Amino acid sequence: MGSGSSVNPNYKYSLQKSENAFKAAVLIQRWYRRYVARLEMRRRCTWRIFQSIEYACEQDQIKLHNFFSYLMDHFTPSSSKERDFISRMFISGESFKEAELERYCDYESMEVPDSYTGPHLSFPLLPDHATALLEAFKQKQQLHARYVLNLLHETRKHLKQLPNISHVSTCYSEEVTVCGDLHGQLDDLFLIFYKNGLPSPSKSYVFNGDFVDRGKQSLEILIILFTFLLIYPKEVHLNRGNHEDHMVNLRYGFCVGLITMSVASLQNLTELPFFCSYRYGFAKEVMQKYKVHGKKILKMIQNVFCWLPLATLIDQKVLIIHGGVSDTTDLDMLEKIQRNKFISVLRGKKRKESNRNVEIQEVNGENAEADPAGNEALPSLPLQPRPAQAPSMANRLEFSRWVRQTVQEQIEWCRRLVDISESEDEEPTYSSMVSLTDLDAPCWTRQEEWKQILDILWSDPMPQEGCRENKVRGGGCYFGPDVTAKILEKYNLQFLIRSHECKQEGYEFCHNRKVLTIFSASNYYEIGSNRGAYVKLGPDLVPHFVQYQANKTAHTLTMTQRISRVEESAFRALREKLFAHTSALISAFKAYDKDNTGRITLSNWATAVESVLHLGLPWRMLRPQLVRTTEDGMLEYKSWLDDLAMEQRSQERIQSSLLEVIYRNRSNLETIFRIIDRDHSGLISFEEFHQTWKLFSSHMNIELTDDGINDLVRSIDFNKDGNIDFNEFLEAFRLVKQTQ
Amino acid sequence: MAEQEGNGEDGAVAEIEKKIIEAFEVFDHECNKTVDVREIGSIVRSLGCFPTEAELHELLAKVEEEEEPTGYIHLEKFLPVMTKVLLNRSYRPIPEDVLLHAFEALDENKCGYLTKDELVKHMTEEGEPFTEEEMEEMLSSALDPETNTVHYRDYISMMIVDEPEDLPQ
Repeated sequence: MGSGSSVNPNYKYSLQKSENAFKAAVLIQRWYRRYVARLEMRRRCTWRIFQSIEYACEQDQIKLHNFFSYLMDHFTPSSSKERDFISRMFISGESFKEAELERYCDYESMEVPDSYTGPHLSFPLLPDHATALLEAFKQKQQLHARYVLNLLHETRKHLKQLPNISHVSTCYSEEVTVCGDLHGQLDDLFLIFYKNGLPSPSKSYVFNGDFVDRGKQSLEILIILFTFLLIYPKEVHLNRGNHEDHMVNLRYGFCVGLITMSVASLQNLTELPFFCSYRYGFAKEVMQKYKVHGKKILKMIQNVFCWLPLATLIDQKVLIIHGGVSDTTDLDMLEKIQRNKFISVLRGKKRKESNRNVEIQEVNGENAEADPAGNEALPSLPLQPRPAQAPSMANRLEFSRWVRQTVQEQIEWCRRLVDISESEDEEPTYSSMVSLTDLDAPCWTRQEEWKQILDILWSDPMPQEGCRENKVRGGGCYFGPDVTAKILEKYNLQFLIRSHECKQEGYEFCHNRKVLTIFSASNYYEIGSNRGAYVKLGPDLVPHFVQYQANKTAHTLTMTQRISRVEESAFRALREKLFAHTSALISAFKAYDKDNTGRITLSNWATAVESVLHLGLPWRMLRPQLVRTTEDGMLEYKSWLDDLAMEQRSQERIQSSLLEVIYRNRSNLETIFRIIDRDHSGLISFEEFHQTWKLFSSHMNIELTDDGINDLVRSIDFNKDGNIDFNEFLEAFRLVKQTQ
Repeated sequence: MAEQEGNGEDGAVAEIEKKIIEAFEVFDHECNKTVDVREIGSIVRSLGCFPTEAELHELLAKVEEEEEPTGYIHLEKFLPVMTKVLLNRSYRPIPEDVLLHAFEALDENKCGYLTKDELVKHMTEEGEPFTEEEMEEMLSSALDPETNTVHYRDYISMMIVDEPEDLPQ
């Protein structure tokens, strides 16, 4: 072996080569890991955007409140038309007594034609009916209205005999599966049944509320859940969620609950316009699917919702509620209150009789006292606005006073509840709120009872200790780990299961694993945004999770694509929000641009944007997606804002300040439109549109001539019959991605 | 307060610190100025740095609690260290052509692509090996399923486009 002092060159070469390969590998790995980290950051930022926009409705809440205050202060109807108009805004719809309900929602006279090919239901229901329904819904068939109503009647009968808190035992059925929010996403329910099996004597289920709204198949989900509830009453348990609430479904309300309604439902509203086809509130879904009998169905459902139990207890150890708890949560009270009285947790309470008696007497001569059926809130006023309805048509002042008083009372009361009280004196209005039908009942006030329900349906956990009002949602509270610990100790519980909040992985623990959030609607914000999950508990009460994502597309997408898609959605929403605050942003930018160069540093941009939007977002992280072109680190803000404006559809004829207002107030405008649109048709007459617009614009201090309104109208294709599809109107003012 | 951001040292440092705090807070779930130690890599990297795993560990050693590692990193320890990193422009990004050369170094036959097996072998056995998850994820976007190969030039172009320029100024 002759080898010189030098290393064999071949060896050296291959050593070099493998060293190179090694270095190359390190480099590639280094680069790739950085790419993944960046994706992770983008994913989290996207999530933050969704959540901050979804929950930041405080401004809207206050604005709507201001609008109605303004109406009361300034609006004196000058014609019978205007009076009708305003009274429609403020007068409730009918509230039925039981017997009336049965009559109104009668189904027995409904004939099912031979041409109907969907499933037929007969009562008592059998497992075959359930499978037939599942199959039918998979084939996109619709259940005949007669069967829907029949089912709802039977469901209500059943629910009425259930206690407020359901008790489940694992020794009876070994394992219990708990599902969270479904929000009308039928595919997720199918997936759960596919993976976990249908409810049966050996398979218990608890569905923790929010079955409806947002998704397009809320009704199908209800039908399926109610069917299984009736077939397997011992094994299937339903909890009420905050969306099982008439007010939230309709997204409009009556004077009595208007402010609290708007607060909470605007949270619902702000979720939608940005992220998914906004049109699908549950009420609208029902009306579209059942054009003839939709109203009856909705009415029945409203009644069924209020009979849903409030909580479920597993083995006396695990408490399942939809939202959370507060530092005043009292399970004993919850067990005893009459839950059906709270048709909507968002409706106000009965007003003090003395204030109203005079007007009521005048209005319809009836005694508007408590009706024995316990339908709460408003006395029954006739549905159609007739001249006799509003007090003293001839006397404008009196009318205004009546409206003012009515709304004022409610605003006061609602303000007190959300702690933005302006009035000094405590009105004794609700102090004597003992139910008139049940004088032997414990004398909690209605208000206390109401708060109990509100808290368990609307609260969210927070990492900090304590308990404070949930101003963002407008109801319930934020509760800390100490509150959780106290409740667990007080009632000898092991942990809480709740839903109400979307979680990226479908579930999440907090409060030291004492609170579990379970969320079953996958792809909630956008395809790929999150997984859904359900949790199984055996006798050991150790949770086992199953996650899923109900969209085939999501699986075939790479992580990058999934994140990009969701991100696009989030940023679109964010750009829209930015656009909606154009004027405020310009002022904020100008403050950093004293020399009027038209440019600011990127750092100042971030600070200014946060000072206007108050979203608490990491703007420097988000900047690359929002600001494309800069010149040596400076931003030309005017052209940046112009670019944002360019993204919306052709609205050149409309003045830009008006556009801004529309964008900023779109959710409020929608609420107002819906109030006017009593038959849920989605249409309002041109005149009503005109009136609404005038009111709103005078409140917002916008100069809007009649011509201006006409331009507004003409900018959208309105139906020729003199009616305006307000969804189209609102849709027209949605930022659309600029086609490159 | 409408202060003009100066071009001086202080202005630059303040801006860097703001950026670091923002990134940190994205991962601060409990809103108490701490993050899980396992997220530090993501934070550092999303601030525009390209450290190797080894370099990351070095950095962690500087920011972890001295006495007993708690699994959490405090902002007050992280901030000065990270600020220095950014000021010194440590862990610089990898230019596209350097990345290309790296792939070419692995491409023995110089055919412009790597087979799936080749790539997997290199990435999971050499350098700072990938986990199975990392490998799978890279393959999902890099691999052409029909030919079972990775055309790295195209792959790089695709990945670079995705990345908006966001390095600190």
